[in-house]
Amino acid sequence: MKLDIKVFGSGCANCKRLYGEAEKAVAQLSIPATLTKVEDIKEIMANKILATPALVINGEVKSAGRIPNAAEIAAWLVTVDAK
Amino acid sequence: MKSGFCCEIKPVSPKKTDPELFSSLSWNTVFKTFFAFVGLLAWWEIYHNLERFADWFTFSLFHLSRTAHLGSAVQFFVFEGPKVLMLLVLVVFGVGIVRSFFTPERTRSVLAGKPESIGNVLAALLGVVTPFCSCSAVPLFIGFVTTGVPLGVTFSFLIAAPMINEVALVLLLGMFGWRIAAIYAGTGLLIAMIAGWTIGRLQMESYVEPWVYETTPGECSSKEQSLVWAQRIRFGVEAVGDIVGKVWPYVIAGIAVGAGIHGYVPENFMAHIMGKSAWWSVPLAVLIGVPMYSNAAGIIPVVQALLGKGAALGTVLAFMMSVIGLSLPEMIILRRVLRLQLIAAFVGVVTVGILLVGYLFNLIM
Repeated sequence: MKLDIKVFGSGCANCKRLYGEAEKAVAQLSIPATLTKVEDIKEIMANKILATPALVINGEVKSAGRIPNAAEIAAWLVTVDAK
Repeated sequence: MKSGFCCEIKPVSPKKTDPELFSSLSWNTVFKTFFAFVGLLAWWEIYHNLERFADWFTFSLFHLSRTAHLGSAVQFFVFEGPKVLMLLVLVVFGVGIVRSFFTPERTRSVLAGKPESIGNVLAALLGVVTPFCSCSAVPLFIGFVTTGVPLGVTFSFLIAAPMINEVALVLLLGMFGWRIAAIYAGTGLLIAMIAGWTIGRLQMESYVEPWVYETTPGECSSKEQSLVWAQRIRFGVEAVGDIVGKVWPYVIAGIAVGAGIHGYVPENFMAHIMGKSAWWSVPLAVLIGVPMYSNAAGIIPVVQALLGKGAALGTVLAFMMSVIGLSLPEMIILRRVLRLQLIAAFVGVVTVGILLVGYLFNLIM
């Protein structure tokens, strides 16, 4: 199943960093995945996110308000992929 | 506006039934705790000897004169530079660990539905310890007001969070002692509570952008992670990397400026324009400070130098609070959810609070 990864943030430096970490994780694992950045505030709220930057994988909020490193993201990707 | 909680905290405990996982977590924890302990000891040793090192460096190694401008400035820089950076590392680490116990979701559920005065007090206190990136201001604001946290209470949170900045407190503590740090924290909290309460009284809900209230309040992600100790330590270490990594050039620059002022500006130079007797010094300081935005680390060495040259405490406090507490970038971000009148009210009420604090301290000190 193709993974859908979304990085939510309004464009500040932290959000860009999270996107970078997510890119690294995807590159490391070479699992098919789409990675998108969502900056629109209404969409952020629609996903019930309170603190940015936030990472959502296949619709599930994995982290909000902090920046997990590529290794942590990769671990989540593997777990979600295995489901 | 719907009131009531949306979140229940369901802690997820680490699986204790998996022996391998558990023992590897234990090892990790032991290792990290040991490392942290050794780090602390080393830190303490170095910290204690900093002044002697600075003296030796300036006066013995480079043979600079104690009384000359350059000698004075260099000693200040070599002493204060590493001292401030070390303090920063220690406290950012400690605060990082404290912050790992708080999340915006939990803060929201604590605040939702509480009556206003208590809410303002809690919100200000929570604003200090909840991890908060200023770009989260908008989602956080919307999330709070749509789940029953009153507008004034939300503002108390938003005022306290940037102003009572652990970086600022540490630096104040290290450079001026705990009394001044406590005064800053105490008055900052008071301003957050009272300004927030005042904004609540003004009944300005209609000046929030209407689409905010139309946002359906979310159910929070029901997964609340209960972090293990090793993760908390990592959170602290990451905080150090993030914050100190971002801030150290400003600290060095600020200390260099402070060193320059310390060494070269004559005593009491500031007393004339920033001293007690000049009644207009407080409003002037605030006027200069509000549009400025610096992170706390950079401005404090300047503050120290100003104080050392005769500026009055109240004026300097007011200056510092206006620089750190109100920032143009944050106002621009908040413009997405607040109409101009409400932003003006926000800035106005906080400014008045800062002015009052400034005058108060000039009077009593």
